[in-house]
Amino acid sequence: MAEVAWAIPLCPLVAFVIISLGARRSPGFSAALSIVAVAVSLVLAVGVIADVLAGGHVEQSRVWIPAPAIAGPIVPLNAAALQSGAAPQPFSIGFQVDALTAVMLLVVTSISFVVQIYSLGYMRGDSGFARYYAFLSLFSMSMLGLVLANNFLALFVFWELVGLCSYLLIGHWHERPAAAEAAKKAFIVTRAGDVGLLLGVLFLYWHAGTFAFGDIAQMAADGRIPAGALTVGILLVFCGAVGKSAQFPLHVWLPDAMEGPTPVSALIHAATMVAAGVYLMARTFPILEHSSTAMAVVATIGGFTAFFAATMGLVSTDIKRVLAYSTVSQLGYMMLAIGIGAMSAGVFHLFNHAFFKALLFLCAGSVIHLVETNEMFEMGGLGRRLPLTTITMTIAALSLAGLPPLSGFWSKDEILGAALAGHPILFVLALATVGMTAFYMFRVIFLTFSGSFRGTGHVESHGEPISMALSLVILVIPSIISGFWGMPFAGNPFGRLVSGSAESTGFHPVVATSSVIVALLGIGIAWVMYGGGRIEAGAGLSARIAPLHQLLIRRYYLDDLYEWLVARVFLGIGRLAATFDAEVIDGAVNGTGALTVLIGGSLRRIQTGQVQTYAWALFAGILVLAVLLAGLRLER
Amino acid sequence: MPTALPPLYPITLQHGLVLGAALFSLGMIGALTKRNAIEILMSIEVMLNGVMVTFISFARHAQGPALGGQIFAIFIMTVAAAEAAVGLAIVIAVYRLRRSVAVDTVNSLQG
Repeated sequence: MAEVAWAIPLCPLVAFVIISLGARRSPGFSAALSIVAVAVSLVLAVGVIADVLAGGHVEQSRVWIPAPAIAGPIVPLNAAALQSGAAPQPFSIGFQVDALTAVMLLVVTSISFVVQIYSLGYMRGDSGFARYYAFLSLFSMSMLGLVLANNFLALFVFWELVGLCSYLLIGHWHERPAAAEAAKKAFIVTRAGDVGLLLGVLFLYWHAGTFAFGDIAQMAADGRIPAGALTVGILLVFCGAVGKSAQFPLHVWLPDAMEGPTPVSALIHAATMVAAGVYLMARTFPILEHSSTAMAVVATIGGFTAFFAATMGLVSTDIKRVLAYSTVSQLGYMMLAIGIGAMSAGVFHLFNHAFFKALLFLCAGSVIHLVETNEMFEMGGLGRRLPLTTITMTIAALSLAGLPPLSGFWSKDEILGAALAGHPILFVLALATVGMTAFYMFRVIFLTFSGSFRGTGHVESHGEPISMALSLVILVIPSIISGFWGMPFAGNPFGRLVSGSAESTGFHPVVATSSVIVALLGIGIAWVMYGGGRIEAGAGLSARIAPLHQLLIRRYYLDDLYEWLVARVFLGIGRLAATFDAEVIDGAVNGTGALTVLIGGSLRRIQTGQVQTYAWALFAGILVLAVLLAGLRLER
Repeated sequence: MPTALPPLYPITLQHGLVLGAALFSLGMIGALTKRNAIEILMSIEVMLNGVMVTFISFARHAQGPALGGQIFAIFIMTVAAAEAAVGLAIVIAVYRLRRSVAVDTVNSLQG
């Protein structure tokens, strides 16, 4: 099955093309086509993972751009060729299937499948229904291609496609100014990181002479890439991951991306967009691990982001924004895990997180679908109206908070255990994040479902549409059990599969106990402050610590700083450049023209039309030549 | 016994060159200063004659058979004849047009 893994991204691509070519006139058919395509991909992905569990590993490459096409004035293309004078290697494109890819294929296809089913209900009657499904298909295709790519060049192509699709989907309701701006923000901020990625890819190619992950990792292991170059290259690649996975300081786009339809948020947060950055670092981990500096940077950024984003989640009153901060925070966890060398733990957390975070978003979507607002202070008492959503969202929140035996517990504890082994500061940060995560998630649960309805107007109690309810039920199962795959008691089969090593991390009773206590503490505080849907205690506390509260509400003023940077500094530089262009460059060009006219105007006066004037000039010229020739003769 | 006449003063290369240069310069002055187009044409003929004298002198005093200079002179004569014919035709045409052959009144080429 793994040999035909290339067909997995092809199915959604075919769906996208057919919908775009004309099927979009029938929204129902478009949706069905898209869902069938991703279902086929899901079946194939299950087949692939069965193959991989049986020990399969496939890597195939085809020549993409032959050597003669890239030979030319830019040869040699890399330092190795520069030294040896070797002919340039052709650029190849190909796919590989190993444990990491298989896991990602499973996550992407399954989440995409569920989200597309859920969207049937959520997006019913939307004017852009078919377009929405077309882009969902393209999004799935891009992400699937990304995880299948076996070299940086192909990965970068799909990486940018993912960015494009997120832009299109966040801006699905583009007639809303906020959505259009959020889409632009997401695109531009991630692009800032992508510049780093592109530079990193070229830098590594310059030193290694190849784009293939395996070859570069092999050269790094053999020490054939200078240590400094390796650090610089991989850190540049990490820039791309920082942008895509919304790590500090490029996290600002993710909370704004909530302007997109909620199922899209689920897809972006769980499987297709932000996972790409973590996946990239996991995929390049064999390169990364040869640079301790880069590892430390990744771990520090990850740990800091986990803590930093969680603090902002504490105060947000928008249900989707809380989930967004939680995503940023959890992605920080994953980066932290990769940075401290526990790559399989990071991927395991990515795997578990995908299911319960998708579930959380879909639950939030069904709440928003009912009350038509994102403000939690205008909700409350919805538990009776949406019993299924209440139960599933509580389970997902418990899983995110890391309570056993739900899936989040296993991966979070594996990361915490790895952090404790050598990075005490990061461990403390991560542990504090556990408490905050539990607090803000249950703040959401209590504010939304318990107490009485605080909003204005009458809310019809129609429950969840069937397709949405079905999706929630489908997703609640992996949210509970997906963690068992990496249970230390069972020898952590997931970790061994992804990392390829025989040994498994043990169970840390101390870590597990302390994280559960901290999580329960967070839930307890949430209960004391917001239990029963009360909001007075929270309001009183935020009034007492007003400056700190304001700092968090304003997101540490980072958005304001960026806005100031763009509006003042960048635009100022831009205006300066425009002035320089208009005055100096255009001035030089116009000056040349004016000078020519001036010279011509004065020279035309010697064109008298008098034959004898010309004759005078002629003989004077001959005289000058004669004198010059005589002078030359004399010198000799 | 009558005294022997002094030997005829030999005509050297310098004589020829000085004569040629003088003719050329005279012609040039005429060509540059005269206003009448016919006079200018005549002056140009004088300049051509100066050039021919120079060619012939060099040919005469060169070592070995130097026919090049003499052939050049014949060519110049031929071309001068053609030039005179064309030049006079132009002068007549100009005269018919303007009732004058003064070159300073002809400035249609002014830029």
